[in-house]
Amino acid sequence: MDAHLPLPSEITPPELYARRREFLQTAIGVGLAAVVPAPALAAADAPTPLRHVTGYNNFYEFGTDKEDPARYAQRLITRPWQVRIEGLVKKPVTLDIDDILKLAPLEERIYRLRCVEGWSMVIPWLGYSLDTLLRRIEPLGSAKYVEFVSAVQPETMPGVRSRVLDWPYVEGLRLDEARHPLALLVLGLYGETLPKQNGAPLRIAIPWKYGFKSAKSIVAIRFVEHEPRSSWMKANPREYGFYSNVNPEVDHPRWSQASERRIGEFFKRKTLMFNGYGEQVASLYAAMDLRKHF
Amino acid sequence: MTIVPMPIAVLKTLTFVLCLLPLGWYGWNAWHDMLGANPIEAVTRGLGTWTLNLLLITLAVTPLRKLTGWHAAMRLRRMLGLFAFFYAVLHLTTYLWFDQFFDWQEIARDILKRPFITVGMAAFVLLIPLALTSNNRAIRRLGGRRWQALHRGVYAIAILAVLHYSWLVKADQSQPLLYGGILAGLLGIRVWWREQERREQLAGKYSPQPKSRIIPLIPR
Repeated sequence: MDAHLPLPSEITPPELYARRREFLQTAIGVGLAAVVPAPALAAADAPTPLRHVTGYNNFYEFGTDKEDPARYAQRLITRPWQVRIEGLVKKPVTLDIDDILKLAPLEERIYRLRCVEGWSMVIPWLGYSLDTLLRRIEPLGSAKYVEFVSAVQPETMPGVRSRVLDWPYVEGLRLDEARHPLALLVLGLYGETLPKQNGAPLRIAIPWKYGFKSAKSIVAIRFVEHEPRSSWMKANPREYGFYSNVNPEVDHPRWSQASERRIGEFFKRKTLMFNGYGEQVASLYAAMDLRKHF
Repeated sequence: MTIVPMPIAVLKTLTFVLCLLPLGWYGWNAWHDMLGANPIEAVTRGLGTWTLNLLLITLAVTPLRKLTGWHAAMRLRRMLGLFAFFYAVLHLTTYLWFDQFFDWQEIARDILKRPFITVGMAAFVLLIPLALTSNNRAIRRLGGRRWQALHRGVYAIAILAVLHYSWLVKADQSQPLLYGGILAGLLGIRVWWREQERREQLAGKYSPQPKSRIIPLIPR
């Protein structure tokens, strides 16, 4: 018997992603739409070309220019890599990246990514729900939030020498947000291992929040009681709130969030509430004033 | 070795061509799809940067002349200033067209609500009268003194332009600080010279016939 398991990259070569839309359109044509999950059909969300996904990044550890991560991140050391699970948990553990990779089968999820700067992409991520990992951890009753700490490698990261942000990069989610099935632990994209400039070897993708909420190159996941202060909140509390849900009605003080430019498109498109994932996530914020908790 | 002074016509032609190079560079790269993932932003930013560059270069002309004695530089100042305006027009056009698609309501809201756009727009509006009076007829009509007073407005415009840049940047202020530093130097040296002049006057060194060569405002 042939025991060879195909790698994700063997299943779906990048050229085929471009034809996904054709497939969806055909599917709609023959009345199969019902079997395709709703978010996948919302608007024409063709995946952004790989060269843009890996060539236009915000990863300030490698510099503040969009091209800096692609230029400098190749030096990032991603093996060995450990992730500490700590804070308010019954038993703190340190997980090896190779164990995390084997923890659950990798799924492909095509998510929209909306940057706070007013541009967006569509990225076929590879990973599994963050909850799959969090489920194995027993938090204490007092844990209400999760903090994500990114790596600091001064010898490979030219950006951390400047005090642009308070290093290490810290982001956070409310525990129920982190456990939402759409919150993805990312280990790859476009059917390949996660490129370094996109946050190798593991990152998260929280598609209903602005891109900076999706921490890259994570080295620690910390359960805490109080709302964490993220690096961006420390840098500018007036402009960056803890929740940072994509919200066309709440402007960033320096630019409107009503519309966005999808990378590769000429005209701008209207930004959708919760980046179009409202149906799935709006209930998380049912009783909240999202103008106040921006 | 002797430096052969370039005829002014050659110098002007050279400056003209050099000033068009950034535009050519962006045009060529846009045509060949070499401006990266977000070409519209790259063009808008690039044109803004060159507006600022040319504003500072224009402001460097007088100090350059005083420090080096290269008086011919003065004859390039008008062209440099007008090119700064030219790039400002292109920069604004990319914003109005490709960012807002001439949605005037949204543009008005931006000008009122976004401080970096407010100061940027103010700088542009203030540049218009300077551009319109950058000709010999305007100098004659206004008189040298009034013309000069009007054109000193460029100091405020340059400050607004650097603020525009600084308030736009998310976190990394190194570039805006560099521009701010250069501008502070260019304005500071003028303040210092003025102060020197004032002291000399107070010390009675003032002579009604200044020894330095008078640069005619209206070039022949």
